[in-house]
Amino acid sequence: MSYLEYNTRQMPAGLRKVLYLNWPLIVLLILVAGYGFVMLYSVAGGRLTPWAEPQIKRFGAGLVIMFIVAFMPLWFWRSIAGLSYVVALLLLLGVEFFGTVGMGAKRWLVIGPVRVQPSELAKITTVLALAAYYDWLDLKKVSHPLWVLAAVLIAVIPAFLVLRQPDLGTAMLLALGGGVVIFAAGVHWGYFAALIASAAGMVTLVLQSRGTEWQLLKDYQYRRIDAFLDPTIDPLGAGYHINQAMIALGSGGWSGRGFMEGTQARLNFLPEKHTDFIFTTLAEEFGFVGASSLLLLYMMIVAVCLLTAMRTTNRFGALLVMGVIGMFFLYFAVNMAMVMGLAPVVGVPLPLVSYGGSAMIVLMVGFGLVHSAHIHRARLPS
Amino acid sequence: MGVAGALLWRLRDMQLEQSEQFRLLAEENRINLRLLPPTRGLILDRNGVLLAGNEQNYRVVIKRDDAGDIDLVLGRLAKLIALTEDEIERARRDMLRNRPFVPVTVAERLSWEEISRVASNAPALPGVTPEMGLSRNYPLRDDTAHVVGYVGPVSERDLEALETPDPVLLIPRFQIGKVGVERLAEDRLRGRAGSQRVEVNAVGRVMRELDRVEGTPGANVHLTIDATLQNYALERLHGHSAAAVVMDTANGDILALASAPSFDPNLFVRGISRADFNELLENKHRPLVNKTVQGMYPPGSTFKMVTALAALEAGVTDGRESVFCPGHMDVSGHRFHCWKRGGHGRVGLVSALSESCDVYFYEMSQRCGIDRINAMSSRLGLGIRYDLPITSVAGGLNPTREWKRANRNAEWQVGDTINASIGQGFVLSTPLQLAVMTARLATNTAVLPRLIRDPLERSEVHAASLDLRPEWLRMIRQGMDQTVNDRRGTAYSSRVVAEGQRMAGKTGTSQVFSISRAERDAGIRRQQDLPWNRRNHALFVNYAPFDTPRIAVSVVVEHGMGGSSTAAPIGRDIMLAALNDGRPPLSAYPAPQRNRVQHEQQELEQRLRRPEDMRISRA
Repeated sequence: MSYLEYNTRQMPAGLRKVLYLNWPLIVLLILVAGYGFVMLYSVAGGRLTPWAEPQIKRFGAGLVIMFIVAFMPLWFWRSIAGLSYVVALLLLLGVEFFGTVGMGAKRWLVIGPVRVQPSELAKITTVLALAAYYDWLDLKKVSHPLWVLAAVLIAVIPAFLVLRQPDLGTAMLLALGGGVVIFAAGVHWGYFAALIASAAGMVTLVLQSRGTEWQLLKDYQYRRIDAFLDPTIDPLGAGYHINQAMIALGSGGWSGRGFMEGTQARLNFLPEKHTDFIFTTLAEEFGFVGASSLLLLYMMIVAVCLLTAMRTTNRFGALLVMGVIGMFFLYFAVNMAMVMGLAPVVGVPLPLVSYGGSAMIVLMVGFGLVHSAHIHRARLPS
Repeated sequence: MGVAGALLWRLRDMQLEQSEQFRLLAEENRINLRLLPPTRGLILDRNGVLLAGNEQNYRVVIKRDDAGDIDLVLGRLAKLIALTEDEIERARRDMLRNRPFVPVTVAERLSWEEISRVASNAPALPGVTPEMGLSRNYPLRDDTAHVVGYVGPVSERDLEALETPDPVLLIPRFQIGKVGVERLAEDRLRGRAGSQRVEVNAVGRVMRELDRVEGTPGANVHLTIDATLQNYALERLHGHSAAAVVMDTANGDILALASAPSFDPNLFVRGISRADFNELLENKHRPLVNKTVQGMYPPGSTFKMVTALAALEAGVTDGRESVFCPGHMDVSGHRFHCWKRGGHGRVGLVSALSESCDVYFYEMSQRCGIDRINAMSSRLGLGIRYDLPITSVAGGLNPTREWKRANRNAEWQVGDTINASIGQGFVLSTPLQLAVMTARLATNTAVLPRLIRDPLERSEVHAASLDLRPEWLRMIRQGMDQTVNDRRGTAYSSRVVAEGQRMAGKTGTSQVFSISRAERDAGIRRQQDLPWNRRNHALFVNYAPFDTPRIAVSVVVEHGMGGSSTAAPIGRDIMLAALNDGRPPLSAYPAPQRNRVQHEQQELEQRLRRPEDMRISRA
């Protein structure tokens, strides 16, 4: 299918588009972000600074960007998909050569006054590129090995560049997010069996490379993996983060220790309490009620988006929504699994809740694309 | 959906099923129990004068994580307060050894000026804070060092010695009694620790106090010592290596226990420097030894009352018979000399005591034997280890036949008895024992020494009677009276002329080494010609007033050469001080001596502590 098949007469135009926004999604996004504001206020010891206030401003900016993205016609996004993917790749290469180092990794590129994190941008462009690729590709060729390989390359090249920074979490999200789109496009399941097998191979390779010259991960990342496998090995060292996170989470109980009463967060036992580990703070202070309600909200967002994907008859739009929502799902699932001790500690933030600018903006762009697909979906004449 | 379900299940499992366990872990994380050291009890003299107290101690502590560049900060600090290289090095080492937020003490006992300088330069000294705490202080310094002792940091050995050490001992820098009353009355003085629960953050910094249970401060200990008299006695011994004990004859209260030279116990609390410690160790007058209870000396002629009473009780003499003293006595081929080469002629018990004739006691000891002498010696309080709350109390020695067999691997000889009869040979006594003996002779009661008294105690101690026949004691006391007050007495020059303060006593000069033939040939005939450590010990025991005895005094001057010449004048001065509120009145001395005594008193007065220096504690 192509955009030429759109029934343009039934497309809302101009300000009327506002009425066709996915309003339930917007409400859910604001609710989730609200959780974030409350928690950031709490971990700062009851102050808006240094986290809650900037986060609110960013979310506001994110909403504006989301609306702008939403109002752009879907075919505009399809037409720039290839270009944006190439730009993102170039930026990632730029990071490789000119990036600024921060916290042991090269992630940022400074262009004039702007600091950009190309790995975040790559999440969107990869999904866009894959959606456009499968929109373009003849349905019969979808499961053809050569065409599958092309799709895999689209996802893996940026993931590899990100892994080199190194940023294991984002690289995994890129690869898995790409996988979601490929799966949604209807590629034969056998490829996924092969993928899982090769992932296992990759894990082996990563572990085997440890201690050699071409070691793929940083030492601290290996220690985190060790700590995941057995957090009690070294409770004050590598296992410290996950142990303290689990203590915080578990001590919340049914209804939590109360707003701003979480001792683990307030006394700094929790590392990264405002970013990657913010979920444990929530679980500590608001207990099972607070934590499971956030999980529920996330699932509702996923559900709402899936509904949009299913109702979108155009292939590009549907795949795009699947890609965005897949990425979003991976975000919170990996983060929660990590703080609950079910996954190794990789730097994946809790979407919309963790403090951080780039991830927030990219997510809002992603949801803007979901809205765009929602608004510009083909409709039956009424 | 499956993933979400798994997440939810895990969440439920951790938050609802295992919540208690995690809550406990979280509490363990954040709550620290800290002990609050109790305030140590005071040690006071019989009038409430503070002997050991707690003083405000200004100190400077530094935290590594706040200081940043510790060398820079320590360097700046050294410009403001006097810091030795050692102190700087120790502070640096402590800082690097501890976690960065642990405050490390750089300097203690700073003056207010120094602390002010540090405080006003605070902006240039990150991580440095002036603090205030309590530390042990002995305001009378040397005066009571041997009695009160001192405290010091808890050592490994201290902990091992205890079965269940009080957890308070594990507080860093906590101090316990090491020597003297501080050590023996540790349990009363220490008190009970309080506790404090604090909330700490991840790096261990205290965020707030959750609750606190106050401890119980240690109880005060009241000594029988009279600080004024103690000071007088110690200063009167100044220049000698000597000991003096002053005892209340009625209840055994030790009013003064002076061992000269003394030392400043405050040095030990602060951590004595190697140089200072070596100086104390190498001093030939042994300042660290408490000679009053630790020093064991041949009692010499002060022992003669024991021999006399043993003979009287054995019925081998009535005391009135005379013995002829030709200046020596030959026993089994060995000649025993009297100190008076020319002999005393005919002497009875009273004059044998007052003129200290040796031959009389040689004779009596052969008649009654060593066993009776030992029995009397014990009865009068010699050779007994008294249970006083001070360290290293020695028992002295009443040598028995068994003792000699066990320790010298030889049978007891008649000569041993003869030597023992005049307090030589194997007999050893401590100055404290000699004071007890004197008090017992003066009162005919088995008075026991005591050092701690309960200020609330009303009833007086009544010691059991010694059951010595009054007529025997009358003769002994007459002998002691004539020693001091008869023209021919050995201590006549140390008599007291004040009304109601008549003093009785007995001199002793005990041989440490006899002058060898080689020395005699080399022309050494007088004690002054001998090196200090070979000279005779000088002893004097006395009590007063003669008719109604209140005070007993013993004085031992190591290598003081002569009991009459060295020990007796000291014994008189201390006795007069004890009878007259700490200062001997000039009128108590015989008129011809007053000029000289006045001169000595003026000199002594310079060194004596003034009443205003003695802080009365109302606690």
